[in-house]
Amino acid sequence: MSELQGLLRDTAERLFADRATPQVLQAAEDGGWPNELWTAIVEHGLHQPFGSSGAAGIDAEGADWSDLYALLFAAGRWALPLPLGETAIAGRALLDGGLTLPDTALGLAAQSDLDLDQRGRISGTTARVPWGAAVPYVVARAGRRDGTQLVLLPTDGVERRLDRNVAREPRDDLTFENVVPAAICPWPQGWPAERLRDLAALLRAAQIAGALDRVLDITVTYAGERKQFGRAIGKFQAIQHQLAELAGEAAASAVAAETGFRALDDGRDPWFAIAAAKARTSEAAGRGAAIGHQVHGAIGFTYEHHLHYLTRRLWSWRTEFGNARAWSTAIGTRAVSRGASRLWPDLVAGA
Amino acid sequence: MSDLAFAPCTLPEGAEALRAEVRAFLVEELADYPARRRAETWSGASRDFSRKVGGRGWIGMTWPRQYGGAERTTLERYVVLEEMLAAGAPVAAHWIADRQSGPLLLRYGTEEQRRSIVPRIARGEVQFCIGMSEPDSGSDLASVRSRAVPEGNGWRLDGRKVWTSGAHEADYMIALFRTAAQGEDRHAGLSQFLVDMSLPGITVRPIVDLAGQHHFNEVLFDGAVLPADALIGGEGQGWQQVTQELAFERSGPERFLSCMQLVNEMVRMAGARQDDAALAAIGRLVAHLSVLRQMSLSVAAMLERGENPAVEAALVKDLGAVLEQSVPEIAADVFDVEPMLDSTGDYVQVLAYLTQVVPSYSLRGGTREILRGIIARGLGLR
Repeated sequence: MSELQGLLRDTAERLFADRATPQVLQAAEDGGWPNELWTAIVEHGLHQPFGSSGAAGIDAEGADWSDLYALLFAAGRWALPLPLGETAIAGRALLDGGLTLPDTALGLAAQSDLDLDQRGRISGTTARVPWGAAVPYVVARAGRRDGTQLVLLPTDGVERRLDRNVAREPRDDLTFENVVPAAICPWPQGWPAERLRDLAALLRAAQIAGALDRVLDITVTYAGERKQFGRAIGKFQAIQHQLAELAGEAAASAVAAETGFRALDDGRDPWFAIAAAKARTSEAAGRGAAIGHQVHGAIGFTYEHHLHYLTRRLWSWRTEFGNARAWSTAIGTRAVSRGASRLWPDLVAGA
Repeated sequence: MSDLAFAPCTLPEGAEALRAEVRAFLVEELADYPARRRAETWSGASRDFSRKVGGRGWIGMTWPRQYGGAERTTLERYVVLEEMLAAGAPVAAHWIADRQSGPLLLRYGTEEQRRSIVPRIARGEVQFCIGMSEPDSGSDLASVRSRAVPEGNGWRLDGRKVWTSGAHEADYMIALFRTAAQGEDRHAGLSQFLVDMSLPGITVRPIVDLAGQHHFNEVLFDGAVLPADALIGGEGQGWQQVTQELAFERSGPERFLSCMQLVNEMVRMAGARQDDAALAAIGRLVAHLSVLRQMSLSVAAMLERGENPAVEAALVKDLGAVLEQSVPEIAADVFDVEPMLDSTGDYVQVLAYLTQVVPSYSLRGGTREILRGIIARGLGLR
């Protein structure tokens, strides 16, 4: 782990542990924007790690993708009820396009069908935008083929259809009608058309890895404290083996997600690493959540206990921006079209 | 945060050039080697092949030059191993000696053993086997009863080892014997010995596995006499030495690539059909394999740095075995094709073979239950 990565993780871990309390999580679920928590994040400069905010030890060059992984892993660990990763990734897209960052939370409209008319106005719908109704701007791709543009769109006054995932995180459809972008630039060079969606999938992979890591933490702790039949349940082999399996799923998820971010830093085509990350973590999410609940017993099924803030996110994130099957099919399609003789060389090359 | 950490590993400069060399070597050497044989991966043995690998300097790669090694890094060795396994090369004749016995002799052997035996391992000339399990000692290794008793200037061996892979072909065995009666400390009183398999008083009998193959053996010791210097390391230190050895044994690429030939054949099968279930299954396996490879590389890097990743190694082996064992299940599910022993198709033959042998993957080198116990201890539960 680089120095900056360690610093970011420690800063975020402390801040979130301190501020993303069950009370704050519950208030967010009841429909409020956790403003104090967001303000604290902004004060630490964590919302724009790629910008030269100067906070949290980030130098003028800004963070790299692996640094962002450390931050998002921590966000996942603490079930952060804010679009932190979305803001960071949308900001990075704007920076790569040479645009200026607004100092606000940003929406990542990664599942969009937006037209760009000749007068530069945007119309169309973007589906299930995280906190879409709460953020002042979203970043999206608009237009077709050669004319594809990266746009920053104001959300003020657009038609909204509010919805929530099972973790009660806002996922809002936004419909734009002849909206003038707040900023616009050609689609960044070298970015495939689906890059925003790929990055959103990788964001969820990192959050899943973080959430599984914390499910492991609290489940191991609980197994050491809860006594039945005269001893801690963690002393029973049946429990130990489930926790070992959970540890495996958590570790594999962390490696899968981090590899995706490293591929972005290395400047190679990150598609396979991202696809593998989302496929692997999405599979782990369900198994890990199930083990966490089984070991916690009835108490973990109550709203009062905090396990569900993690597990309901795991059940949501695994299907957002492509489920395990969708990404696996994409990987398999590519592998089969390239043929058996390329299978191993591609695997080694991470391609 | 969990203490189990798998830091990303970057292969050293020159690794890709080495990889290209190994691939070119394998293409030439294995040109006519059929898929069914490739599926045996590291249980397939060819002394001739091992001598050629030794001739290229790819056995004992990390060992000192004065003992026949090449003084290369653990990660360069990793590259050679994974290429051999991915190609399904018959590496069994040098595998155990390269992975375990050579490093053990370098660490605990006498100077005479280091000079006389280790360079021959590096040349691919000698084959080793490992004598650990006994009829009543499987996962509970500390309960071994075979005894080594001082006699004259040496040791007299009596007892019985089972499941000894390759004992019928091996020149030497590294064997765990009891040198003191079992006391309160279950792990005390065990010692490791270098056994010359040609000595009188040693009988090797085949144990044929369910697929009809002869890899395992029962090895009987009936008063075989070893010289004094056959004791490896400290008398009574056998347990500590063996457990160190196992960390090296558990994390390598052989712990997730054993079914690679079947994955290859599945890709060929899917190429001829348009079947989303097959594509998804293959993609899932590829995603898992790539993640396991990163984890395994991370453990190799820890070993290179001199750390002791025993828990991480157990975790990789456990995840790897689960995945490997799932491959024939998945193949049988997505392709409605029967595994056959005598048909000529590569897919049906590889599937028929691997379907039968995969149960051993979560037994060899530590059962799933033992590994999960090690992981649980690493989590602080024991």
